[in-house]
Amino acid sequence: MPESILDTEAQIIEEFSMFDDWMDKYQYIIDMGNDLNGVDASAKTEENIVHGCQSQVWLTASVDDGHIFYQADSDAIITKGLIAMLIRVLSGHSPDEVIAARLDFVDAIGIREHLSPTRSNGLVSMIKQMKNYAVAFKAKAG
Amino acid sequence: MQSPSLTHTFDVQVIRKDFPALFQEVYGKPLVYFDNAATSQKPMQVIERIDAYYRNENANIHRGVHYLSQKATDAYEQTRELVRELIHAEHLHEVIFTRGTTESINLVAQTYGRKFIREGEEILISGMEHHSNIVPWQMLCEATGAVLKVIPIQDNGELDMEAFDQLLTPKTKLVSVVYISNSLGTINPVAEMIEKAHAVGAKVMIDAAQAVPHMAVDVQALDCDFLAFSAHKMLGPTGVGILYGKEELLNAMPPWQGGGEMIKVVRFEKTTYNELPHKFEAGTPHISGGIALGTAIQYINKIGYEAIGAQEAALLEYGHKALAQIPDIRFVGTAAKKASVISFLIGDIHPYDAGTILDRMGIAIRTGHHCTMPIMERFGIPGTMRASFAFYNTFEEIDRMVEAIERARKMFA
Repeated sequence: MPESILDTEAQIIEEFSMFDDWMDKYQYIIDMGNDLNGVDASAKTEENIVHGCQSQVWLTASVDDGHIFYQADSDAIITKGLIAMLIRVLSGHSPDEVIAARLDFVDAIGIREHLSPTRSNGLVSMIKQMKNYAVAFKAKAG
Repeated sequence: MQSPSLTHTFDVQVIRKDFPALFQEVYGKPLVYFDNAATSQKPMQVIERIDAYYRNENANIHRGVHYLSQKATDAYEQTRELVRELIHAEHLHEVIFTRGTTESINLVAQTYGRKFIREGEEILISGMEHHSNIVPWQMLCEATGAVLKVIPIQDNGELDMEAFDQLLTPKTKLVSVVYISNSLGTINPVAEMIEKAHAVGAKVMIDAAQAVPHMAVDVQALDCDFLAFSAHKMLGPTGVGILYGKEELLNAMPPWQGGGEMIKVVRFEKTTYNELPHKFEAGTPHISGGIALGTAIQYINKIGYEAIGAQEAALLEYGHKALAQIPDIRFVGTAAKKASVISFLIGDIHPYDAGTILDRMGIAIRTGHHCTMPIMERFGIPGTMRASFAFYNTFEEIDRMVEAIERARKMFA
């Protein structure tokens, strides 16, 4: 059983608190982007594209024993780093937990500017898509 | 790097003082504004003119007999005259106020296009058009059964003129091309294209949104049939644009939007339309914006296209040389004749990634497809980084951009 969503968020907030320079924060996001496995070329289909991003983002999800597991990829590394953080927080949890997650850490780590719906990196679109998967899996199971 | 010597007397530091938005910090760094192809910054004179209008002159135009209305009408109509002089139109009523280049193009597509272009006839555009010079024609083709043809782009970002010659046939009814590409900076040989198009009986519309801010444009010398541009790219306010059209064509075109101002007599049995230019200017326009466009034109006239052109050419040359020193840089658009727009990619760094880091260093460039997705598809790239210079930019700012790119390169290495 993974730790709770809030615990993972708290961990990420703590990691980011070590950086006082925005550059280091971005470098950390870039590193997380580089470390994310991504998805196979076969999963880079039109239906897996998260729209509303300036870069291409692909997101898939599967459910195993009532827990959702996400895979994602992007052709831009910062975007990939952002979605890697979201996956770290949300993957492995139940649809109900994902749906209820407030994801306050995004605000707390100082990347608030990425949350505006008009921002081209589409963080809002990614979160919405991840929650949509949770809603769909819940409906299927229900 | 050595700055190119300028042949004109032009003190950029004095000019910059007119542009308050340039003097601010973003994320604690002084702003470097290199997104001028998207919109220019505004001089104080323009900002103050808008303020003065609302303080002292606010009234609806063309309809009141009262003092304020007359005053506002005079100011608004003075801009029409300034535009006429700027683009050297023959008649004042050939200058139509719109909301911008996009609306100007849509106006021509929906009036001239619907009336005069028939099924099977052809509209010729180029592969480097902004979406606003693609989609209105696609909509027209859907409605009429006309066919859209596209002039291809060569690897250096110039139009394939041999292909143009072949695509141009007696079936071609309208050619609509961009004067200067917003993504590539290419200056197209529009005079030659207009002459050739007229030879087959086609009319020509020129998207001059990136041209009028930077160079003298003479509609009579070009002999174009329609020409469109936007105030906000030439120091003026957003929400105002111009459509120039030859008198004969504008008279033959039906009105587009109905409402006040564009009518002569309204009866339920039949309404008769107003004369040019009012026939195409339904409703209360962006009065303050129109007036302030006049101030923007006066500002451009004061500096002069010669000085503007010289400064921007120097910035383009310096920018190209400075950027060329970055390893792995790839310029997208290397036409022989270019405006002060540099589109590029750094190695395999996604433009969005680089743009995000540059933003944090106070450098405002554009990243992405610049509303020209077909160009990006043509070159097989997700987008570009684009630095577009205005005459108020400096060589030092270019140096700062290059430093920031070097720093970004290290982060993504």
